[in-house]
Amino acid sequence: MQEKNRGLALFTLLVFLFLLGPLLIISVTSFEGGNILKFPPEEFSLRWYENIFNVEMFLVAFKTSILVSLGGNLLALLLGVPAAYALSRYDFKGKSVINAFFVSPILIPGIVLGFAFLRYIVGTYQLPIYAALFVGHTVIMLPFIIRVISSSLSNFDFSIEEAAESLGASKLGTFFTVVLPNIKSGILAAVMIAFLESFNNVDISVYMTGPGVSTFPIQMLTYVENYFDPTISAISVLLMFITAFFMFIVERLMGLSYFTKR
Amino acid sequence: MKKRYLYLLLLPGVLFLTIFMIIPILLTIGTTFFTESGFSIQGYLDFFRDRYFIEILLTTLRVSLFTTIICILLGFPAAYYISKLKQRKKVIMLLLTIFPLLTSPVVRSFSWMVIIGKNGVVNKLLMGMGLIEKPLDILYTPTAIIIGLVHLFLPLIIVTLVGVMENIETDLLKAAESLGASRLAVFSKVIIPLSVPGLVIGSILVFVGSFTAYTTPALLGGKQRVISTFLYQNAITLNEWQVASIVATIMIAVTVLIISIMNGLAKKLNPKG
Repeated sequence: MQEKNRGLALFTLLVFLFLLGPLLIISVTSFEGGNILKFPPEEFSLRWYENIFNVEMFLVAFKTSILVSLGGNLLALLLGVPAAYALSRYDFKGKSVINAFFVSPILIPGIVLGFAFLRYIVGTYQLPIYAALFVGHTVIMLPFIIRVISSSLSNFDFSIEEAAESLGASKLGTFFTVVLPNIKSGILAAVMIAFLESFNNVDISVYMTGPGVSTFPIQMLTYVENYFDPTISAISVLLMFITAFFMFIVERLMGLSYFTKR
Repeated sequence: MKKRYLYLLLLPGVLFLTIFMIIPILLTIGTTFFTESGFSIQGYLDFFRDRYFIEILLTTLRVSLFTTIICILLGFPAAYYISKLKQRKKVIMLLLTIFPLLTSPVVRSFSWMVIIGKNGVVNKLLMGMGLIEKPLDILYTPTAIIIGLVHLFLPLIIVTLVGVMENIETDLLKAAESLGASRLAVFSKVIIPLSVPGLVIGSILVFVGSFTAYTTPALLGGKQRVISTFLYQNAITLNEWQVASIVATIMIAVTVLIISIMNGLAKKLNPKG
């Protein structure tokens, strides 16, 4: 029995080596002092981290990504919070259909969604690329916002809300003073998960590039196609730091349950 | 609650998704069935007669199938091990599983370019040990895409399976063992059947994800096209929007088909009925 567990432990260790090894290797290559990406690096240097800030296109794309993710997040919250509230608070006919409807952007292949955006939202609706990018990101963030906030609302005791109302508070007043403060950690977690989803998105953004408009991951793809130096390694390390930080916060706010329930 | 308010709360989101997702998608699908002379499926007939396209479709399906199988083979035992750990260790292992999942696919695919490239870590190591004389061509092949996709989706299946396995009662396993079942029998007769719902959900996520993934095949596949890079190429490089729409529709159809087959399967196999 003990022996079998040892075998299983070794197997799991190898699986994790496979999962995390590449991320470790890429991190190490970011400290290379030479011009070519190598593993192991021959001399230590931080010059490629400096280089990120010298490449103008990365700075512009980073700004675009941040603005699109934050703006899209805000719009997704404005659309998603009322929907999540209605879905958690009330029973009504067709509820499961509406629920499925709000999750549907996840089910449609991203690369197909991006193409449909390009053809109809940029093409037929004549939205400028920047606006289309923003709307596209809102669409993919909406399901995450609704899901996380719904699960946060499912832990909320709605009788508190009824108590406030019976004491004379208005419907809207109750929502802002009783419901919202109670689910604020859920909202923050939703925002962070949606942000990561949008910030890392390639499938939709890859179609929405124009003069001066490109998101950060798309700029990375373009860079990798043309250069093979440790700049991307250095960027990867920075992105991993951001990911780890967000994960830490989400874990604090919601626990791991968000990630393990599907 | 007045119905009016309920609709008012749902309306903005429903309208937004309808205008910016449903209509564009329906139009994309719709246009593939119409030519200047009216309704026609000629586009599809031409398509399925094209050897080049069929090859791409088959490569994509094969790559997705291998990815799913490898993910199950690697993920199932690892998930089982993690689900048996004590709470603290389990949380650490899950955090380590989720971390790559949330890391940019560009970063993860790029890391594999560094590892399996001509001058990559693997080739240097094998040549250094004298096992091979010239570097192996792994990068820019279907194998490279499979490696990248397994790396992309393995965390997803592990996390899904741990979620299901955690809910298997330890008492049930003890009961089976006390009734004389061997460890292997417990594993194959109790654990595997009870994990089936999670296994099915995990497999759908991996298969559909692999079938539609863009970043990984774009970086690791080189000239080797899969259906998503083929769609992008037709839309952007070749400006063949009609062809791209047909490819998009086929991708949606395959995705829907796989999800419904697997859902049916899950219902049938679920021991709880």
